[in-house]
Amino acid sequence: MKDKYLIGSIPVSGTDIPLITTELNSSDFLGAVMVRWGINRNNYWVNPGLYAVGFPTQESDVFVTANYKLSFDALRKNLTGENGWILVLDTKGVNVWCAAGKGTFGTKELVNRIRIVSLEKVVNHKWLILPQLGATGVAAHNVKEETGFNVHYGPVRASDIKKFIRDGYRADKEMRRVTFGFKDRIKLIPNDFMYDKFYLLGTMAVLFLISGISSKGFSFSNFSGEGGPTLLKVLLAYFSGIVITPLFLPYIPGRHFSLKGFITGATVFLFLVILKFADKNVIELISWFLIITVISSFLAMNFTGSSTYTSLSGVKKEMKISVPFQIGFAFIGIVLQVIGKFI
Amino acid sequence: MKDLLYLTDVVTLNLCEDTCNGCGMCIKVCPRDVFELSGKKAHIVRRDYCMECGACALNCQVQAITVNSGVGCAAGIINGILKNTEPTCGCSDSKSNCC
Repeated sequence: MKDKYLIGSIPVSGTDIPLITTELNSSDFLGAVMVRWGINRNNYWVNPGLYAVGFPTQESDVFVTANYKLSFDALRKNLTGENGWILVLDTKGVNVWCAAGKGTFGTKELVNRIRIVSLEKVVNHKWLILPQLGATGVAAHNVKEETGFNVHYGPVRASDIKKFIRDGYRADKEMRRVTFGFKDRIKLIPNDFMYDKFYLLGTMAVLFLISGISSKGFSFSNFSGEGGPTLLKVLLAYFSGIVITPLFLPYIPGRHFSLKGFITGATVFLFLVILKFADKNVIELISWFLIITVISSFLAMNFTGSSTYTSLSGVKKEMKISVPFQIGFAFIGIVLQVIGKFI
Repeated sequence: MKDLLYLTDVVTLNLCEDTCNGCGMCIKVCPRDVFELSGKKAHIVRRDYCMECGACALNCQVQAITVNSGVGCAAGIINGILKNTEPTCGCSDSKSNCC
């Protein structure tokens, strides 16, 4: 199933170079949907090496990409009608941007891969096209020094490749910029939803246990009345941090992600109060305010990693301010939750 | 679409204009349009938009750019603290996620 994109081979100086199709089929789409949900995500890769697209010759362009299947698919589907070579680096199945940050999509691997596939025997030029986001791991001048190949950075998005070629191998300002629009954000939500599920289950477990407490002590019979609403409130808080905040990210006030998450959580809490779904005494009410906002704030803060515009220094600064608040909110929230059961 | 802006006055990006040879590579690799070329020198024109990816510094032949690059990822920073390492988002290990 993994190799359905292979449609033949092209012999070049005694070696058969696999020829691939630029058409994605149903298994490619299904695989993409699954990895977006975190299923099979760490095992979604293609073999590193050289591939052919169309009817490439010695003059054809060489496009470099990562061996994460989604990266490979994004590139090949945008090369329909083109003739070229695809050099797939071994990034351990990780996408270009993340792998470049870690250095696996890097100078050393590119230099090695050029040598392994004997690229100088396949093409008669010294010209490689790399995705711009690979620049975080690749030093173009070092690649040139070690192999003689010139690294030319293409656009950020594979969908701009044809325009890039048409424009004389020039990436304009828009092609060079990362964006983080609604569609980009929505794609990330399923994976974050699945990844942070242990926070959800852990919080649910703790609060569910607390819901068994009443002024008469701990009893399993309390679960039937209190357990359901408790779990639902935690789920809503989770949804607030992982789904609502990322979706409306640019429109929620504040620049700190944790503040944005707090605001969304507070809004969700307000709806619960209006719908009379919040609790009977003021202590429990305050407790739920703290718990819902802290869950939402913490998860929204974690979305900094999925976003494409936060810096390490910025996130550190944000965390210095937010994490002490979050710890305080969580602690007081849980304590009040228990106290509230005795009122 | 307007570029999203994170916290201001915080990034560690520095460019030594005296050392710069005006090759323009930083402009080509920057995904946040931070640099501009004028008078055969690069200049930082949108500092607060920098996300410290480090592509400019790595691709600067004359090492005119410095930046403490790393992942702008809260989960990565927590991971780093727990494992006593540099912030890492663990994209290539089995517990991966954040990018």
